[in-house]
Amino acid sequence: MNETEIIKVEHLAKNFGSFQAVKDVSFTVNRGDVFGFLGPNGAGKSTTIRCMLSLIQANHGSIQLFGKDLHKHRNEILARVGSIIEKPDFYRYLSAEKNLEIFARISGKDVSKKEIAGMLDFVGLNGRNKDKVSGFSHGMKQRLGIAQTLLHQPDLIVLDEPTTGLDPQGIVEIRNLILRLKTEQNKTVILSSHQLSEIELISNRMVIINKGQSIIEGDVKELLNAQEMVVQLEVNDVEKSMKVIESSFPQALAKNINERIIEVQLEKQQVPSLNQHMVQAGIEVHAMEPKRKLEDFFMKIIQS
Amino acid sequence: MLLKNTYNEFVKILAKPRSYLGIGALTLLISVILFAMKADGKSFISFVTASFEQTLSFNGNILNGNLIAFIILQMLIVHIPLLVSLVTGDLISGEAAMGTIRMLATKPISRTQIVLSKFIAGAVYTLILTIWLGFLALVVGKWLFGSGDLIVLNSDGLVILKEQDILWRYGCSFAVAYLALLTISTLSICLSAFAENSIGPIVTTMSIIILFTIIGSLDVSVFDSIKPFLFTTHMASWRSFFEDPVPWSTIWNSVLILLAHNVILISIALYKFNKKDITS
Repeated sequence: MNETEIIKVEHLAKNFGSFQAVKDVSFTVNRGDVFGFLGPNGAGKSTTIRCMLSLIQANHGSIQLFGKDLHKHRNEILARVGSIIEKPDFYRYLSAEKNLEIFARISGKDVSKKEIAGMLDFVGLNGRNKDKVSGFSHGMKQRLGIAQTLLHQPDLIVLDEPTTGLDPQGIVEIRNLILRLKTEQNKTVILSSHQLSEIELISNRMVIINKGQSIIEGDVKELLNAQEMVVQLEVNDVEKSMKVIESSFPQALAKNINERIIEVQLEKQQVPSLNQHMVQAGIEVHAMEPKRKLEDFFMKIIQS
Repeated sequence: MLLKNTYNEFVKILAKPRSYLGIGALTLLISVILFAMKADGKSFISFVTASFEQTLSFNGNILNGNLIAFIILQMLIVHIPLLVSLVTGDLISGEAAMGTIRMLATKPISRTQIVLSKFIAGAVYTLILTIWLGFLALVVGKWLFGSGDLIVLNSDGLVILKEQDILWRYGCSFAVAYLALLTISTLSICLSAFAENSIGPIVTTMSIIILFTIIGSLDVSVFDSIKPFLFTTHMASWRSFFEDPVPWSTIWNSVLILLAHNVILISIALYKFNKKDITS
């Protein structure tokens, strides 16, 4: 494990009775990564994350965080980690401030009341410090969860489905918050999510897990760029465009979306040439946009 | 970290309404007994002493604070376990039900320390409940009914204890009663380590108490060998301090058995919680 590696999980396996939730998961997270953790429901994402946070004891494999074995240096490691697992749960009968005080007290670092107030302000809960959590909406609890996660200035932040149940505005807020953590504070973030667009937008590296096994791991851009690209074209003549594509790019897959839009799947280096052929054929190309590809890539990997 | 989390446990217990339910219920129950004794205590005493009136004559204030405290202790020691387990049975399983156990178990505090801090908090809560019981029974009882010699009826007959010879007996009996209630607290916290909901450990604790009490009261030889080791057999040991002479060996035996129960139950809870996969 070198100095840049924050997490190294090797051949992790976990059984619940006869059910094998995780069979063989391995991946590495580097310092400063926003690491996407992808997989369909029941793939073993949450079990793997719970193993990494010592909530669950693995049957096999090793987990190293910050270069140290999790089993041997549990408390030392967890003092440097902040996490939200699925949904943040708090003591409903206590105020937001009191909840943070409770978790700060056992976070391994001294956190002042001023810092708690500052953190509530940071996540947009200023003015609600004294309110009981029982009156909080899901989004507010989620933000309080983020505050709890960051309170002790952890080096690694683990967010398991942090946007579940949030409205679009809440999702954007959490996304921006993660990006701020990376850019302003250079935190390492592990982000497990069903929202593929979210991973594509904010992660630089990722692993895909399916049926308890890690399938593929690497740089998000590299993984997506290695595959074929899908572009959406807005043109004045769809029929003529389809003919040009069929004759000039026989390997490409073209789909007529509506009377102005077509979708073309082709190799990335063919994209400039596609534009050129269209213009030469007298077709007006009003727009040419790459389509989000992670969804297609994900489906391809899972199905294969 | 153990002290910090114990402090956290106190903060949580103080903020939970059910914590005050126990103290409130205890206050209400004792108030009812005190009111009843104030209103019609003399006929109650006459009923109890009726069989002795032909051979003994009772002078002075028999219905005094010392007797009232004894009656209250005798009546409530069966019911207080419910009030104790209402709070302590929720200490671990309540966190699992609420989901906060995930947050707690991902902090740099060992699981052993989490469980021990809950045992300490449970022990302090039980102590507060016992002190409150003592205050209401003895202090308020004496204030309302005055002081005097204590007449106790036990299996050997009538025991009359001088007023000056009573206070230390109450001190010791409350200490042993506390140890019995502490065993209930430890039992419910131990059961709490196995459960994911609040009500399960409370109901199970009460069921175990009822079952053991029934076994203890059944005059069947098949249970004779286990009866001395049931904690319920020793829950009334506080009464031994009101015998003359005090059967110290019996009391020490009860204390040791109750302590052994506490050690075993804490060990089981620690083992279970340390091995537990937190999937809630």
